[in-house]
Amino acid sequence: MIVLEVAVFLLVAAAGTAVVLTRDPLNQAIVASFYGLVLGIMFFVYQAPDVALSQITVGAVALPLMILLALAKVRALEGSRRRDDR
Amino acid sequence: MTPRLRRRVFLAAAVVAGAFLLWGLTGLPDYGVYNGPYGDVLNRVAVAERKATNVVASVTFDYRGVDTMGEEYILFAAVLGVAILLRAQRDETEQPPDEDAADRHAPATSNAVRVVGLALVGPVVLFGGYVVTHGHLTPGGGFQGGVVLATAALLVYLSGEYVTLRRVSPEVATDAAESVGAGAYVAIGLLGVAAGATFLANVLPLGRPGALLSAGTIPPINLVVGLEVAGGFMLLLSEFLEQTLVIRRPGEVT
Amino acid sequence: MRFLPYAVAAWLLLVGLYGIVTSRNLVHAIICLSVAQSSTYILLLSVGFERGGTAPIFLDVPVGTKAVDPVVGALTLTDIVVGATVSALLLALAVQAHKHHGTLDPERLKPERD
Repeated sequence: MIVLEVAVFLLVAAAGTAVVLTRDPLNQAIVASFYGLVLGIMFFVYQAPDVALSQITVGAVALPLMILLALAKVRALEGSRRRDDR
Repeated sequence: MTPRLRRRVFLAAAVVAGAFLLWGLTGLPDYGVYNGPYGDVLNRVAVAERKATNVVASVTFDYRGVDTMGEEYILFAAVLGVAILLRAQRDETEQPPDEDAADRHAPATSNAVRVVGLALVGPVVLFGGYVVTHGHLTPGGGFQGGVVLATAALLVYLSGEYVTLRRVSPEVATDAAESVGAGAYVAIGLLGVAAGATFLANVLPLGRPGALLSAGTIPPINLVVGLEVAGGFMLLLSEFLEQTLVIRRPGEVT
Repeated sequence: MRFLPYAVAAWLLLVGLYGIVTSRNLVHAIICLSVAQSSTYILLLSVGFERGGTAPIFLDVPVGTKAVDPVVGALTLTDIVVGATVSALLLALAVQAHKHHGTLDPERLKPERD
């Protein structure tokens, strides 16, 4: 049990660092989704199923979804700008 | 301030702040040892007092119901802010969404995604409803179930088109659902005042722990919070989708 | 081991702040903000954890079994959902900033000096 906890904590720290170090927002959305899942697993180890349910639905699905939608709009705007500059 | 200088200043400040933070955190009790009496007292009396077997739900919606009301209104205000920010500006036009237009760069949705999305919509709605209504018995509640219900709307969009999503959840319905959910929370609180107790007091019959209709006002509050969170997230999804598909600046191509 | 969760929480907070400070893209900064927010969830739940305790749900275990603190769970679960909505508001702000200034780079979004 202790080994599981230590492993999960180190995985969370590593995943959080990976989210910050990924500079491109599109890649970062996927890494953030993985980070949300790892946090959900950590909340299970913490014997808090309510919090884990909340984190998995929000951090692994809803938040990366909204990031992707914002990036789609930004890419559309940049595409139109590139067309105007040509 | 150049980026390199900013990074150096931040690293110096982070070392100092980190040292203070770690020094403060060593004052906390060891991880795994719980001293505080509040949690133990709650675990022992909450089931008998409120007849709700999920003690976290009874803390969220009953013992600390006012805090949850404030959090729900932060959610409401944030969704309102997104709706205001992403409305059509003066120089933008609203065109009907045509996902098969010739100038769209997105690839067509594959049949596998459509079939799986369509097959999962029903079970996800059922699961979301289960999580919302059983929030006082098993892990779950209004917040989690509301987000699951909003995910069902996303599956409708993935397996169809934007017009399908609009037909299934018209904007008037999601707006009404979110507002009714937010207002009904206060109405349930005023029910307590009308019955002669304090605001948000648990005045409905408490029932037997483990039954679906137990714990007084907690199941109705779960329902209205689920309604509000589901409506809020569906509104967020539709606002962002509208930005990409419907609202166009002159000359923009998706 | 008795200090590891607190160290992880402090580390995540500082790493998230580093990401915001050295960010070249507003969306990247918003995601780093959510990482910094998650450090508070870890700290809250670490304070309430009791080794050997079960989840504070008493549907199938008798009342009186050792369970973890329910109050920090209640605080955290509403916080997660609301934090995601506020991040959505920040993303909408970023989209509008891109519309009006053509860039998501915080360096180039600074007001011009006259």
